Amino acid sequence: MDPVTGNAAGAPHQGAPAGAVPDLGALLKRSARGDEAAFAELYDATAARAHGLVLRVVRDRAQAEEVTQEVFLEVWRQSGRYDADRGSALAWLMTIAHRKAVDRVRSAEAATRRDVTYEETNRSVAHDETAEAAHASLEARRVRAALAHLTDVQREAIELAYFGGYTHTEVAALLDLPVGTAKTRIRDGLIRLRDSIGVGR
Amino acid sequence: MTDHDLHALSGAYALDALDDDERARFEAHLADCAGCREEVASLGEAAALLGTEPVEPPAAVRDAVLSGIRSIRPLPPITSEPAAEPVDDLAARRTRRSLVQRIAGTPLIAAAAVVLLLAVGTAWLRPWTEDPTPPPATAVEQVLRAADATRVDKEFPDGSRATVVLSRSLGGAVIQTEDMAPAPQGKVYELWLQRPDGAMVPAGLMPDDPDAELRLEGDATHAKAVGITIEPDGGSELPTTTPIAVLDLAT
Ligand SMILES: [Zn+2]
Repeated sequence: MDPVTGNAAGAPHQGAPAGAVPDLGALLKRSARGDEAAFAELYDATAARAHGLVLRVVRDRAQAEEVTQEVFLEVWRQSGRYDADRGSALAWLMTIAHRKAVDRVRSAEAATRRDVTYEETNRSVAHDETAEAAHASLEARRVRAALAHLTDVQREAIELAYFGGYTHTEVAALLDLPVGTAKTRIRDGLIRLRDSIGVGR
Repeated sequence: MTDHDLHALSGAYALDALDDDERARFEAHLADCAGCREEVASLGEAAALLGTEPVEPPAAVRDAVLSGIRSIRPLPPITSEPAAEPVDDLAARRTRRSLVQRIAGTPLIAAAAVVLLLAVGTAWLRPWTEDPTPPPATAVEQVLRAADATRVDKEFPDGSRATVVLSRSLGGAVIQTEDMAPAPQGKVYELWLQRPDGAMVPAGLMPDDPDAELRLEGDATHAKAVGITIEPDGGSELPTTTPIAVLDLAT
């Protein structure tokens, strides 16, 4: 992997719990006013997390880096649209990151169908279980504990959708579920996850 | 699809696990269903924590981002309730615009329902690293990176923009839009390539995504313009409505 960069600039250590990062909502608000320093701080606090997710979904390192760049340009552009009443700044940012990553894998896939071959890169990131991939922070322990409450099918469905970028219909096919049931497994699993982590309303 | 079926998509929506069509329908449903809005928000919080091992991106990404933002103006906050205006009314207003006006390339869009905002980055159009072994290009990237790629921006009075990137050598065109309002329920944005003789050839449907970027179907080698119309779901063989935008490729 790449040499770890950015820590010299005071980035929080990898795996820092959400509570240790600066007030992301406030940084977004300042970014919306054109405050580049605030945005740099936001970047340093969230880039590793967003990039970890993007890389997991996109798998190809070079493409993931492009997507992460797009994500943060988009975050800057949309910063004034973040509404604290509708959720946390981190979730908002991760939603943008995930959406861009999924768009990238799906458009790459569409291109593959047209172009004859698509060289499979060997740069895929480890495909380990979510629980194992989770880092040893308090938050990660909570997530891990919460994941243990899911049924295998719920967990697999969520992982295939979230990290694999598959649609619920594709997830159903991958898991040999009747069409239309994967979305229910995903929803039930997420609700259980939400309730046991204790986020949201 | 019944309301009940639509409610059941909240989890898949929160994980971006809907196809374009379902996403469009669910987003239309979200506008009317406070329960789903609430649920999607809370499930999004849960999903954000699923995140995986943090990985620091290379310093080049940070540099590119921090220099890239200097040329991007953050969007203003939304100051009123969004998209409450009835679409039919907008369509009617659009129809009242004269054809001459449209052809002359004057503002085609006043309607909030069809806001095409600045396609962010010229930075996005260029590979930003000097990586000697770039990944295989997607169909979109091939066009964006073509040596003869040219851009056509359409700027509207409210500051919104759509961008078409054309490579005649590849015969390909890519359209980029941002913050595009969803098409009215049961409708879809259809793309067209205008042939030199003026005929409009179907070039695909826009995904129901405010930040769309896609390669138009068909051969754009001799295309004169790219048009966007609102069509019934599934699209049409010929435009059935006046284009909401025409981007002239001739210049
Ligand atoms: Zn609902």
